Amino acid sequence: MGRETGAIERRKERLDRGIKARTEGLYAISSWREVGYLLAPRAGLIIGLLILPLILPGLYWQRVLGLAGVYALLAISFDFLAERVGLVCIGGAFMIGVGGYISGSLNYYLKFPVALTIPIGTFGGALLCTLLWLPCLPLRGIYFAVVTFMFPFLVSSIILAGGFLGSTEGLSPIAGFPNIWIGIYLIISIVLLSIFGLRRLCGEDIGVVFAGVKDNDQAVFASGVNVTRVKVYALFISSVIGCFAGAFLSHFSGFAGISLFAVDFSIMPIAACIMGGPGTLAGPALGAFILAPLSELLRGFGQLRVVLYCLVLVGFILYKPEGLLSWAARKYHQIERWVKV
Amino acid sequence: MKEGIEKEPIIRVRNLTKSFGGVRALNNVSFDLLEGEVLGVIGPNGSGKTTLVNTITGFIKPDSGEVFFKDIRLTGLSNWKIADMGVTRTFQIVRPYLSQRAFKNLIVPLWSPRARRFASSRGGDRDALAIDLLEEVGFERDAYVPYKFASALPLGYLKRLELARCLALRPEVIICDEVFSGLSMSEIASMLPLIERLHMRGVTLIMIEHRLRELFRVADKVIVLNFGEKIAEGEPERVMQDEKVRRAYLGEDIGL
Repeated sequence: MGRETGAIERRKERLDRGIKARTEGLYAISSWREVGYLLAPRAGLIIGLLILPLILPGLYWQRVLGLAGVYALLAISFDFLAERVGLVCIGGAFMIGVGGYISGSLNYYLKFPVALTIPIGTFGGALLCTLLWLPCLPLRGIYFAVVTFMFPFLVSSIILAGGFLGSTEGLSPIAGFPNIWIGIYLIISIVLLSIFGLRRLCGEDIGVVFAGVKDNDQAVFASGVNVTRVKVYALFISSVIGCFAGAFLSHFSGFAGISLFAVDFSIMPIAACIMGGPGTLAGPALGAFILAPLSELLRGFGQLRVVLYCLVLVGFILYKPEGLLSWAARKYHQIERWVKV
Repeated sequence: MKEGIEKEPIIRVRNLTKSFGGVRALNNVSFDLLEGEVLGVIGPNGSGKTTLVNTITGFIKPDSGEVFFKDIRLTGLSNWKIADMGVTRTFQIVRPYLSQRAFKNLIVPLWSPRARRFASSRGGDRDALAIDLLEEVGFERDAYVPYKFASALPLGYLKRLELARCLALRPEVIICDEVFSGLSMSEIASMLPLIERLHMRGVTLIMIEHRLRELFRVADKVIVLNFGEKIAEGEPERVMQDEKVRRAYLGEDIGL
């Protein structure tokens, strides 16, 4: 079908042909059609996430969606730190716990309204996480990861042993959202805001400095930039996202207890990140929205669910190390269309 | 003439000593450097040249001894603080940000507090500044070299990128750790004018080098290190006549 009537030559061309050829050297998009190609997947993500709660059957799956949003935020926060700044932080459970306990106890003891506890839990919690992890920041790679992984165990032991904050019982009831739609759309909009906000941030000058810290921190030092300070900025940004998820979760479930420090919150984001595509920010969120419902379906298997995470991890590392989103993006750009020559 | 004016040394190195285990990498090294001078540091492999750079710029803490920049004691300050004061360095093994385009590599130094202090007078967009700087060190803008990813650039450009990173900080002192090593004759020939231009502009330079012929074209003064000790200091030609230097480079005359 290379030739049509009327003697107009046609050939097949990849969607990204024009975009790719030009962006190797310069940033340029030449037509609305190309803008459309680039916007379509992004619009798809936004519209998809906004419609998702409407088509779900029943309250149970809407609750699962809220939980998936929490995991998505953690995965985004992990991906940003690990892939864009080079800090491997597996303290998702700590962020959830700190954010959740702060906003939960403010509501339980002081009867603060939700509109106040969530911001305080988010920013106060992020400040606390950053301050506590500050001494560990000169550590690199696996050492930082191990220290951050230890923190949730440390704090939950203190709460249990000291009998603080409701101890084993936890704090309950905590005021929920006026209705579930507010909760669900709140978390979905924060997920979208985090994805696009962080992508934007990584394109700014500070994002280039973050990438510099990941690529070669000695060169950043030699450029007269205090690497530890840059890491603090990144850690704070990431903790804000994680602690928001925690504050949200305590109100969404009406409960703040030791379960907020569960290992799942530290491990699942890594699985989601590897599944969705490390470094893409949207990919890990996608991974979380797949893994969280999947693990709910397998609830009957109890602790065996961890085996599922491991299988997903191993499977993706072996067969699709680039992750779902990078794979889908590649396939999308390879779609061919007919063009007039 | 200018010679009449007493110039204060801009860098004073006093009795620097550093050991790695049993190896004395630096042993009691002292020297002064006047503002605007080009100092060459030469010596055989393993004589402590890079350790000297690392101790001056705060990447390694010396066991004893001190380094002064004007009246400020550099020893004990952190490496980024020293760069922030205008004493910058290049790395012998280049350290680009490989995931970034060449000009984005310069965003980091241009974002630094020191560059931002200067930026208020010049203002403007960091990307444009970065591309100007790269053009200055010989990245051909017309061939889109500044837009290439650092991972796609050959060594010659990466060495220039190292220099550009220093220049972005508007340095008073640049310490070049073997900027010519690994380059071809033509690449060196095109880089020498750049060094000379910096010299003209009044930047103080310390050049660690193995390429003596090229070094002697620009150096005002040379010090020679051997097993961490300073064995000679002076004008380039005179130093090369020195008996100890010849022995360090060529070995003992065993009288065959």
